[in-house]
Amino acid sequence: MEVNVSEHKNCVLIDAKGRIDSSTAPQLEETFNSLTGKGKYKLVFDMSEVDYISSAGLRVLISTQKTCKRYNRGQLVLASVPERVYDALDLAGFVHLFTIYDDVTTAVANV
Amino acid sequence: MVATKDEGNKHKISSDEIALPARFSSLEAVRNFFVHAATESGLDQSDIDAVELSVDEAFSNIIEHAYGGESDERIECSYVDESDRLRIVLKDCGKPFDPVHVPEPDLDASLEKRKVGGLGLYFMSKLMDELHFTFAKSPDGKKKCNILTMVKYKES
Repeated sequence: MEVNVSEHKNCVLIDAKGRIDSSTAPQLEETFNSLTGKGKYKLVFDMSEVDYISSAGLRVLISTQKTCKRYNRGQLVLASVPERVYDALDLAGFVHLFTIYDDVTTAVANV
Repeated sequence: MVATKDEGNKHKISSDEIALPARFSSLEAVRNFFVHAATESGLDQSDIDAVELSVDEAFSNIIEHAYGGESDERIECSYVDESDRLRIVLKDCGKPFDPVHVPEPDLDASLEKRKVGGLGLYFMSKLMDELHFTFAKSPDGKKKCNILTMVKYKES
């Protein structure tokens, strides 16, 4: 899995390519933790090239969302979520815990 | 790895097995092994996806809970492709696992109250048609092993 980070004026955009499972989730967690550790709480996760996510990846998303939303200081929003990834979010009951945008531009403008 | 195919049987039952170290780096091989089996068995794409996620969750759970983290112990993975179902078996000789003690996640909980974990077993139970947890003695008789059987029905 490849993870990229790009800073925007009002938020940070993170994108990942590949599969998020117990083997790769720690890498994603490290990326999110390093951003929240630096006081970045408005995060957009571009999931367009995420082929697969297991509960290990979902754990990272929920724990990052908890950190970001604390004291109303920000949130983690999801963008361009492929159907298979959406199905996993839905099965986990996570859909109501995240704002999901169809495309990255709208997500960056609204986070 | 041993593959068998009984051409004489009218249902052409086939089976295969593989043993992989209890490491997260094995997950890709585990998924590929069972996705191949699910594809060959004639399951449709959404059922193949369900099998892929279930075996990933099961194998990860064994590493985390039965072995308490990554280990060089091997997890035996096998399947039997029957006429009306794909039967998947994962066997480990780690700590005995009792699913009764695992609470179901509260899917309606607010973000503050939502627990971070507990999804793996829930996913397996939702994605597969049957889950069975049984125990057996290890070949040397010294240890108790966990046997997880997951079944996916084929559409008739």
